Amino acid sequence: MNRFNSYREEALQKWDSQMVHSEIPVIYLGTASCGIAAGALDVLGTIQQTLTELGQPARIVQVGCIGPCYLEPIMDIAMPGGPRVSYTNVTPQKAKRILQANLTEGDLAPKMAKGHFGDEAFSSKTGIPKFFDLPMLKPQVRVILKNCGFIDPEDGDHYLAQDGYAGFLKVLEAGPQYALEALKESGLRGRGGAGFPAFKKWELARSAAGEQKYVVCNADEGDPGAFMNRALIESDPHAVLEGLLIAGYTVGASQGIIYVRAEYPLAVKRLRKAIGQMRSYGLLGDDILGSGFSFDINIKEGAGAFVCGEETALIASLEGKRGMPRPRPPFPSDSGYNGCPTLINNTETFGTVPAIMRNGGEWYQQFGVPGNYGTKTFSLVGKVKHTGLIEVPLGTSLRQVVEEVGGGTELPFKAVQTGGPLGGCLGASQLDTPITYEAMRDQGSIMGSGGLIVMDESTCIVDMARYFIGFALRESCGNCTPCRIGTRVLIDRLEKIIRGEGEPHDLEVMRKAADTMVKTSLCGLGQAASNPVTSSLNFFAAEYESHVHDHYCQAGVCKGLFQYVILAERCNGCGLCVKVCPANAIAGKLRETHTLDANLCTQCHACVEVCTKQAILSLPLSAEQDHLLLSEALQ
Amino acid sequence: MVNITIDGQCIETEAGKTILQVAKENGIQIPTLCYHKDLSPTGNCRMCVVEVKGGRFLQAACVTQVWEGMEISTVSERVMKDRKLTLEFMLANHPLDCLTCDVGGECELQDLAYDYRVEVPSWGAKGTRYPVDSDPNPFVRVDFNKCILCRRCVQACAEIQVRDVWGVAKRGFEEQIVAGAGTTMLEARCESCGQCVAYCPTGALSNKMNYGTARAHQVKKVTTTCSYCGVGCQFDLLVKNDKVIGVSSNPDAPVNGMALCVKGRYGYDYIHHHDRLLKPRVRRYLLEGVKKERTGSPWDWVETEWDTALDIVAKKFKETRDATGADTLGFLTSAKCLNEENYLMNKLARQVIGTNNIDHCARL
Repeated sequence: MNRFNSYREEALQKWDSQMVHSEIPVIYLGTASCGIAAGALDVLGTIQQTLTELGQPARIVQVGCIGPCYLEPIMDIAMPGGPRVSYTNVTPQKAKRILQANLTEGDLAPKMAKGHFGDEAFSSKTGIPKFFDLPMLKPQVRVILKNCGFIDPEDGDHYLAQDGYAGFLKVLEAGPQYALEALKESGLRGRGGAGFPAFKKWELARSAAGEQKYVVCNADEGDPGAFMNRALIESDPHAVLEGLLIAGYTVGASQGIIYVRAEYPLAVKRLRKAIGQMRSYGLLGDDILGSGFSFDINIKEGAGAFVCGEETALIASLEGKRGMPRPRPPFPSDSGYNGCPTLINNTETFGTVPAIMRNGGEWYQQFGVPGNYGTKTFSLVGKVKHTGLIEVPLGTSLRQVVEEVGGGTELPFKAVQTGGPLGGCLGASQLDTPITYEAMRDQGSIMGSGGLIVMDESTCIVDMARYFIGFALRESCGNCTPCRIGTRVLIDRLEKIIRGEGEPHDLEVMRKAADTMVKTSLCGLGQAASNPVTSSLNFFAAEYESHVHDHYCQAGVCKGLFQYVILAERCNGCGLCVKVCPANAIAGKLRETHTLDANLCTQCHACVEVCTKQAILSLPLSAEQDHLLLSEALQ
Repeated sequence: MVNITIDGQCIETEAGKTILQVAKENGIQIPTLCYHKDLSPTGNCRMCVVEVKGGRFLQAACVTQVWEGMEISTVSERVMKDRKLTLEFMLANHPLDCLTCDVGGECELQDLAYDYRVEVPSWGAKGTRYPVDSDPNPFVRVDFNKCILCRRCVQACAEIQVRDVWGVAKRGFEEQIVAGAGTTMLEARCESCGQCVAYCPTGALSNKMNYGTARAHQVKKVTTTCSYCGVGCQFDLLVKNDKVIGVSSNPDAPVNGMALCVKGRYGYDYIHHHDRLLKPRVRRYLLEGVKKERTGSPWDWVETEWDTALDIVAKKFKETRDATGADTLGFLTSAKCLNEENYLMNKLARQVIGTNNIDHCARL
């Protein structure tokens, strides 16, 4: 214990001298997968090169993801004595200019700065707003993501300096009962999507009879468009590991397992490194900190099956079997991995636990609404202006998330797919739904693990449903009949409608099939797989009907179900569409109204994307006649 | 003990039993497809779903254990509707060649479709997705177009025969049963016991030897004991026009249940084989006492009566024993004989002939 305290002292001193009161500039660069994808490694190269060229000493800290994907890559500079200032969408050239300005000229380059992490006075002095006052970040509350973007995820000392493992020490001191009570008081519910009270799961696993018990962290994040768990692990792996350690101690397990997707190589790497650091701190192994509690953590890389996120399928996969759900009961808390009592929680649930243990259950109740306490992270993606990883208190309305945090959409908002591919597609009239487990379910959606995909008018709802059902079809394990064949029935109908061959009874068939899938499927995947269809049929019935009855796709997505027409009143003859058209279907001189030959048009959408006047419309095929008449009249 | 109600009937039963078990004990019928009493339940076909009061989803009766105060409806409108659609799902992807299908009349899918008055849906993929008769196994005929993926074959092979020949490959709608890692059955260590065929509820796995010879209602079943070895397995001979055309498992067989080995299930073709010996035969020179030439007609096999044949055998034994002693004779008995017959053989060797040279084929 003493040795651990000295590690902590050292970490605090290191943090203070190297980060808070650094004598040399500190350069933060977000190098989680999202930053790397946006080009952060090129920027890193430039930073190193520029520092050499300038001959200036500076400390580069590679931090995780701070949230706003649309601003990546993000580079921050903290000059000695000054606050950290953020520069966003940084290119290598821009990085060089910013560094030169800061390091040699003492100029903060406020025009390029997006925000800072200092006080009000700094804002009024420099005109740079606070980073957390940005519209996307202001409504957010950071509990789980507290350290993300602030600490070096590969440096365990950074985590220690942020009260790291204080939650574990408290539990060690106060005993497992304290952990259960704190968890109960906090009202934390499983963040994997189903919302089962976490303390109940823990209590069941603790009271289950068995010498050998396991705790498993489910990091098999397979939803398209979701990256909460990846970002958390890549940015703050120790938080998840501490949660796992606390859980192990509380339920009396000696082995923790993290089931993480092999498609997350960086997350795996950082987990491995963090586990090594835990071991060197004496937080893993036999007789941890002299408490008599022995615990170790293994990593199991999943092979990418979405259904392995379902707990019984995940356990089957851990055991080396085909990743396929089995009926419950018995629940994993009675008979899980290798038939032993197993506690299995989502990454985010474990990531939240340390904060609850540190601050107590009551503290956690300040966030969220009764019955749905706390915060939840979401991957906000799609046509929204501010995409990224966000964390908001439960009970926040979808509207706030889409319009305030997300900054709304460029084209008019159409729908938001909530809860990932198995969730519901909600329209504008459902935007005031508060994000709680119950309210989402009442709307025919689910909380899910937290994917939010925002769609605007350019999205066809039928095509969207086909995409998500196609996902469920590919990812269904095939074990039970309703899911195996039901998904196929749905996709056949949707494809038929998209081809323009839809008949009214197809909609009935889909409703009927979806209803039975919900009621009779074996696991959560099958029970929820039809949600995108059911919810979109409920909220966007008119769009399905126009596909079926009029063979018309207003969004201009389903090829063959519309024709592009250039609206003479809007066209300014700029020629952009003529240039991009790969089929030479658009003709017209500069500054003269262009015309589009529907026979040549391949409906590739390129012209619509470049048109600044929104002059290219998708009209029903039957409108051809009217359009010709209109043209003649204009001539 | 727990108290539950099924369809309004109050039942006291032991905790730990499944809904299906309790229902069956109380004469309440719940339809099943993937469930079989010999195999561990998997709950994958969803035919046995029942409504449990307070539950958001229907529960599969074969895997759900009863709890105190459980109120179950096995025939509610919701349940019937979902069972019917589940059958429609299956039939939408099942070839509808029941008119010529070998298992027509004993197909469990067919029976349920009839019970639930399923209208064959206009949607679905009924085309041939897999090659018909796709495995070269000489005894098992494989047609996965008719497979409903109940996995009984997989379990029968793993749990009863413990050969693990069958497995499941791919996912979702593409999922299919495969032998080994997508090889032929024999390459996957199949010993052709036909357990998978016996447990298949449809015509996906059928018997190759008698394919196309008769349907269930055209045969007479004659229960008999296998004559191949001393285990005493029972099964039914399938008799049509006074000829044995096949063997089927008899679930009530006391020793073996549904299980049979390749000989018991498929080794019946000797019964009407033209080469089968129906009477004893001896060499002509022995029968007629003619001179034993090197070759030629004295060596012909001649059909004779048992008494004659046995007399010749006895005479030769005696001659040999007298000439060279009893220990120059040896006796080998067969597993096809009864215990009593083996015992008599023992007596014959030791007491009549006077030698201890006796052994049994099972020891070799």
